[in-house]
Amino acid sequence: MRRSKLMRQRLVAVFLIGMLLLFSPLIALPDQPQLLFGLPVLYLYLFGVWMLLIAAMAWVVRGGDE
Amino acid sequence: MNEGIGHCPIDARLQHMLSEPLVITVSFLYLGLLFAIAYWADRRADSGRSVIANPTVYALSLAVYCTAWTYYGSVGRAAATGIGFLPIYLGPTLAATLWVFLLRKMVRISKSQRITSIADFVSSRYGKSHLLGGLVTIIAVVGVLPYIALQLKAISSSFSILIHYPEVMLPGSAITLPVWQDTAFYIALLLAAFTILFGTRHLDASERHEGMVAAIAFESIVKLMALTAVGLFTTFWLYDGFGDVVYHAQQAGHLKTRLIPEGSANTWFSFSLLSALAVVLLPRQFQVAVVENSGENQLRRAIWLFPLYLLLINLFVLPIALAGQLQFAGIGVDADTYVLTLPIAHQQQWLALFSYLGGLSAATGMVIVETIALSTMVCNDLVMPGLLRRWRYQAASMDISRTLLLIRRGAIFVVLMLGYSYFRLAGEAYALVAIGLISFTAVAQFAPVMIGGLYWRGGTRSGALAALSAGFLVWIYTLLLPSFAKSGWLARDFLDLGPFGITLLKPQALFGLEGLDEISHCLFWSLTFNIGAYLIVSSMRLPNADETTQATRFVDAMKHSRPIAASLWRGSAQVADLINLTARFLGEDRARESFTDYFSNERNLDDDAELPADAETVEFAETLLAGAIGSASARVMVASVVQEEPLGLDEVMDILDEASQIRAYSYELEKKSRELEAATAELKAANIKLLELDHLKDDFMSSVTHELRTPLTSIRAFSEILRDDPKIDLAERKRFLGIIVEETERLTRLVNQVLDLAKIESGHAVWTSSEVDLVEVIRHAIDTSGQLILDRGGKLHHRIAVESALVWADRDRLMQVMLNLLSNAAKFMAKEAGRVDIELRQEPALYRVMVQDNGAGIPREQQTIIFEKFRQGSTNSAHPMGTGLGLPISREIIEHFGGRLTVKSTPGKGAIFSFELPCATCGAANPSEKTGQEA
Repeated sequence: MRRSKLMRQRLVAVFLIGMLLLFSPLIALPDQPQLLFGLPVLYLYLFGVWMLLIAAMAWVVRGGDE
Repeated sequence: MNEGIGHCPIDARLQHMLSEPLVITVSFLYLGLLFAIAYWADRRADSGRSVIANPTVYALSLAVYCTAWTYYGSVGRAAATGIGFLPIYLGPTLAATLWVFLLRKMVRISKSQRITSIADFVSSRYGKSHLLGGLVTIIAVVGVLPYIALQLKAISSSFSILIHYPEVMLPGSAITLPVWQDTAFYIALLLAAFTILFGTRHLDASERHEGMVAAIAFESIVKLMALTAVGLFTTFWLYDGFGDVVYHAQQAGHLKTRLIPEGSANTWFSFSLLSALAVVLLPRQFQVAVVENSGENQLRRAIWLFPLYLLLINLFVLPIALAGQLQFAGIGVDADTYVLTLPIAHQQQWLALFSYLGGLSAATGMVIVETIALSTMVCNDLVMPGLLRRWRYQAASMDISRTLLLIRRGAIFVVLMLGYSYFRLAGEAYALVAIGLISFTAVAQFAPVMIGGLYWRGGTRSGALAALSAGFLVWIYTLLLPSFAKSGWLARDFLDLGPFGITLLKPQALFGLEGLDEISHCLFWSLTFNIGAYLIVSSMRLPNADETTQATRFVDAMKHSRPIAASLWRGSAQVADLINLTARFLGEDRARESFTDYFSNERNLDDDAELPADAETVEFAETLLAGAIGSASARVMVASVVQEEPLGLDEVMDILDEASQIRAYSYELEKKSRELEAATAELKAANIKLLELDHLKDDFMSSVTHELRTPLTSIRAFSEILRDDPKIDLAERKRFLGIIVEETERLTRLVNQVLDLAKIESGHAVWTSSEVDLVEVIRHAIDTSGQLILDRGGKLHHRIAVESALVWADRDRLMQVMLNLLSNAAKFMAKEAGRVDIELRQEPALYRVMVQDNGAGIPREQQTIIFEKFRQGSTNSAHPMGTGLGLPISREIIEHFGGRLTVKSTPGKGAIFSFELPCATCGAANPSEKTGQEA
């Protein structure tokens, strides 16, 4: 019971971090005309954040399928 | 680098490989494969080895979210708006973090109440209303049917593009094909057959459609693989990786410097919000996420696996879009077709065919699930209410289950044919092409009443009706009608100038709100009116009895495992009537089986149809029916066979209050019983200790008597000899008398020690405490008993590091301890070259005295025993002299003055007895505050 409460708390934290990184004025920062590793910075940023969020979620709910 | 960049290679000499019959054959083989998978999964489920119980399959089935609109359309969006395709997938990713709250609760409610569609969910929440269910159904059909049409269009256009291989031919001309030559028509018919076969196996729609879900999960794999294959081909075959594509695009000016256009922050947010809502509220998503869910734990993997799927399927979207723009520069190939036309342009016929299959799988998956979801809604929330009204005047046939199945199958067929007709009618019209987000916006109207209803008890039926109507009307006005106008089906005037020339009412700049894209504009206004109406109309009156009952079931769904709402029914009913009623809808066998299960498993009762039914049984029957015909209809049907006394709102509130009080009481009770348990445990422990002490006392008594008896026996024996035998000579007589005196002394010592110990232990000992110099005590002890050691041939050494060592103690008692330790040492030191060391040491705030001998030492297991009464160390085989009380008394004395007496010994190397006493002059608190005399 207490463990699942902690899990839910962590998921809310992941949600808030996602909101901050994707839906705050911060999103304008990586939208630069330059390229990084030959790719648009924003493109790298978005996929990077996306992957981080997924990894964070997988970590939070780990080992709980059964 | 490939040579063909910048032009479209059309080589007519190439053999026409992908002939129409081949593509048709492959398409139907693929659909056949779907049938086979579904059949196999159903078979497995029947034998109890469910495929879809696997959380990965569940996550894959959720990916029915990615339709042909994703498959072909994402690339189109990327070509047009840069990064604009991503919010549709980032929104659901973020929303997934909240699924443990929202979706879990929806699943819990739907399982416990056998809710089978989103219309049923909303209708059930607000008091099981037919009207509300009907309204939700209409919104869903109007909003989503065109979306089905779009999928069929995608199938049709991709087919017509593919059969023109190796030419890149624009879609659009496919429309000119007559219906009977249009592959999409036959595919639609086959999909109808599939859906009817695997979507209506049971009448009970709350049962999972194992076969269908397995097929959907398979389709999700196919579309991901196909899109990835095209992506890999484009990125690594046509170009040298991501960077190379971007480089060329930049050179050609296709790469926008800013990926997010100016002022599109609203679009970014509203598209994300929209898709976050749609991923749960679209009828097909509700179907796979809630209705087909086979365990809440599946959500835990889906939470991250579904977003991962979305990420993977979008990985190659931008490279494909850029490559398409480069390859087809100036030719005017629709960016929505790049996924298919890129392989065609490079004569990759098998890749093109695979890509076509990917699109086909994306489209068919969506059509199948959406059709099941819509047909359930249409059947239960539009047709059933009508039938119920008819049966009021005209008795229905006894077995309605066949009729119902027929209706549901008919609904599937009708929905699909309507979708196909819309596609034929609309063609290339804007209203069809742009339907993706328009659909999303329509279903977003469910969000306030759904999410509000999960957490807010105050929402009423009229509030929900007002909210849905307001949102739906605003959606029609600001999005649907304008899309008709842009398709040329309506005069554009009202769009550009406003109705009757009133510019303030222009549909896409309502009340003068400009600067938003049409979707954000519509979302803002529709949700504003929707939420406003919901709150205002709900606040007009208190929820009535029905609404309060349902609100409790929904809002408190996670709180109690057994719904308390069963107690919210009063009336009389017969079990037999209920069984007969459910048998009419579910079939005789199914109904009997369900009731028998229920009685034996849930209630532990014998199945006795003669019994009057209690509230819980009526509730069970109603829920059972709800799975087949929807909750509102189930309520009406059950009401027709029972005599229900309607409860007033006050009574409902009373019962709910009572229930919550009972919950509070039971919580209190639980707390009390936990406290009691703790107290009992303490008592038990105390009792065990007492028993131990009692046992120790018995041991002590028997030890004391035993010790007393030994000297007594010898005194008696020698006295008797002296009395009975007068002829003993004097020397002998003297020896005997000496022994008697010695034994008497030992007896006296023993009795004194026992008394002493008893006094100390009971706290009645007399202590005369004062400042005592340890140095002086030690020297005195050496003077007194040093001789004893010398007599036994040992040597005594002492090392006293301080001038004086003042402690707070009783001098005589301390002397007693020292003498005891010294006599012990003398007793146990080595027989030859015996040696005893005394050491006084100052440590922080205390003095330590150590008495060390070089005897045999004390085995570890005996090191604690020697401090117990009458337990002497038994290292020597000879019986040592002593009472066995010396060490226990010494320890008591030292502890009385706040110190500790311990022993350290390695067998064979002697033993060190040491005690420590707090320093009286060190300023540290004197632990022994027992000053002066104590009684």
